[in-house]
Amino acid sequence: MRAPDEQDRRAAGGLSAFGRLGRTTAFRLATVQIVVFAALTALLIGYVSVRTNALLTRQIDATIDAEISSLADAYQRGGIRQLVFTVEARTRRPGASLYMVADTSGRTLVGNVADLPLSILGLPDGEQTLITYRRLDEEGARTYQALVRVFTLPGGFRLLVGRDVGERLEFQAVIRDAALAALAVMLVTGLASWLFVGRSALKRVEEMAETARGIMSGDLHRRLQVTGTRDEFDNLAGSLNDMLARIEALMTGLKEVSDNIAHDLKTPLTRLRNRLETVLIDENAGREEMREAMAAALADADLLIGVFEALLRIARVEAGAPGESFEPVDAAAVAAEVGELYEPVVEEAGGRLAVEAAGPLTVSGNRALIAQALANLLDNALKYGAPAAGAPSVRLVAAAAPGEVRLTVADNGPGIPAADRARATERFVRLDGSRSRPGSGLGLALVHAVARLHGGRLILEDARPGLAATLALPAALPLNNGRTDGEGGPRHGGDAGRHG
Amino acid sequence: MRVLIIEDDREAAAYLMKALREAGHVTEHAADGEEGQAMAEAGGYDVLVVDRMLPRRDGLAIVESLRARQDRTPVLILSALGQVDDRVRGLRAGGDDYLAKPYAFSELLARVEALARRGAGPEVETRYRVGDLVLDRLSHSVTRAGRAIDLQPREFRLLEYMMRHAGQVVTRTMLLENVWDYHFDPQTNVIDVHVSRLRGKIDKGFDRSLIHTIRGAGYMIRDDGPGRGGP
Repeated sequence: MRAPDEQDRRAAGGLSAFGRLGRTTAFRLATVQIVVFAALTALLIGYVSVRTNALLTRQIDATIDAEISSLADAYQRGGIRQLVFTVEARTRRPGASLYMVADTSGRTLVGNVADLPLSILGLPDGEQTLITYRRLDEEGARTYQALVRVFTLPGGFRLLVGRDVGERLEFQAVIRDAALAALAVMLVTGLASWLFVGRSALKRVEEMAETARGIMSGDLHRRLQVTGTRDEFDNLAGSLNDMLARIEALMTGLKEVSDNIAHDLKTPLTRLRNRLETVLIDENAGREEMREAMAAALADADLLIGVFEALLRIARVEAGAPGESFEPVDAAAVAAEVGELYEPVVEEAGGRLAVEAAGPLTVSGNRALIAQALANLLDNALKYGAPAAGAPSVRLVAAAAPGEVRLTVADNGPGIPAADRARATERFVRLDGSRSRPGSGLGLALVHAVARLHGGRLILEDARPGLAATLALPAALPLNNGRTDGEGGPRHGGDAGRHG
Repeated sequence: MRVLIIEDDREAAAYLMKALREAGHVTEHAADGEEGQAMAEAGGYDVLVVDRMLPRRDGLAIVESLRARQDRTPVLILSALGQVDDRVRGLRAGGDDYLAKPYAFSELLARVEALARRGAGPEVETRYRVGDLVLDRLSHSVTRAGRAIDLQPREFRLLEYMMRHAGQVVTRTMLLENVWDYHFDPQTNVIDVHVSRLRGKIDKGFDRSLIHTIRGAGYMIRDDGPGRGGP
């Protein structure tokens, strides 16, 4: 048993199937089409009809005029007898006009018209009137229409001459039938095209809506069907599919990040909580112990803040549009500066930092972000790049490669196995062996984000031994003359050596 | 010195006021933008600490209107937005320094005191002297007790900054921002290593140390005078 509202909805859906078709674009287009064509046809037919009517009326007029003048002639020549004789002869011709001759008392002397209203003979001379009549030579009650004119002849006789307008009526009927037929054809074709186009469009849209509902209910893998007809629906479906793929990738990323956040932030939070709790429940805790615990808690809080800052920074870099804060930056100078900042630190750790940064190597970018990315790479080299035995030796190289500028930090430590390199740039990923050491796992993720913002890449390679992390940024155009030589290997010599 | 705190979070403001008072300063508090602007315009403060997002009137708008009135009181802008472009916007509006929340109090105190000093005296001198240490900006030379000390350019700038703020705490971030012009937090103790190198050149071989480490805050260069010799 389905829920009642579900049933209602279904019933309504069934009833309004036609109604939904009525709301389609195809329906509106078909309606507009029919209305416009009908109006045009009506206009055309109306014009033809009016013009034809006028023409036929003129013809009838001319015929009546000719009849009247020839009958008047006959009357002049032979008096009333001649007139009656002529009229009688004419009435016998096929397709004859209408005639009637009456004397002064209104009695009909001759004619082929019956059932005329008596008042007709009282009309003023020459005025044209539309009358209804019956034919004398026909049985039955069938009536016809005619245009007639009445004249008074010398001697008081009245002469009526008319012409049947059946022809005109027939013509009007033909036009009316044609108009109706045209309208019917238009309605039928309009309806058919609406049904066909509308239904197929509606079907595609319905499929899309169905897929969308599926995606909304959580099935992010679904995609819209592309039929291969390359029509506008395919176009739309293709674009929407691209968008869905992007959304799915983002969602997957978000999920991974939130999982990792849950893990990596919960750990220090739990530690912080335990620390405070332990001291709080220990009634014998001395002042010194309290202070120690609080200092440790403060350090934990600082670590957490640091992680949040790093996350926010990455999010900002990833959300940033390239070019927003971009300016020409000499990547070699930045490398030299950051190298100078870190060089004492490496030496303090008993190692050596060699900086090779002959410039200028101009890129279009954000100086602060490039500097921070390099600082992160150097931090990593210091933290994870020391060999198990022996002194760490770190190289920071800024060099030109075809079309790009490569900033490489190479250490002589254990490196990263090839299989793990792609994973290493993800947020919070801390490879085995580094989890126990301090760090947020966000260093390389930020470098990766900076690379992407600049339209460049982060390349992790084997430095044999050690790891070589390269921030490759597109060279600013125009390229520095003559600096695209070779395969972008480090340039030795020049003002390279900065250590000491 | 007198510090005006314009901050709508009462708890944060109370904490700040208490801590600044303990450090020997006089504080006043405004809880919204309009009140804060009125108090700031009334004047008499050495430093203003202005939160960026305030009810009724934006923090940056307050600073802008003060600057438009030719009021040059040093302003430290506090903000939950810590990114580079936000900081640039804050400084462009007329702020003298920018600190992102959450901050360590020692950091805020050091910056407030540095700002107050800047507001009081001439900002740049040609010679700085701390005890028997002399730095000459024109000849680019450093001497201690008459003996010339050879410094690399960055070490010179580091010492110059510390001597300009002699007697005041300078934090690691202040050094990174002002000497290196970087606004990020290095994971490693880069600044400590640089200061320790400088210390090796300045203090080594002399009976009194001038560069002091202030625990939990940063560094300070000062002459404790004879008889109170350093460690």
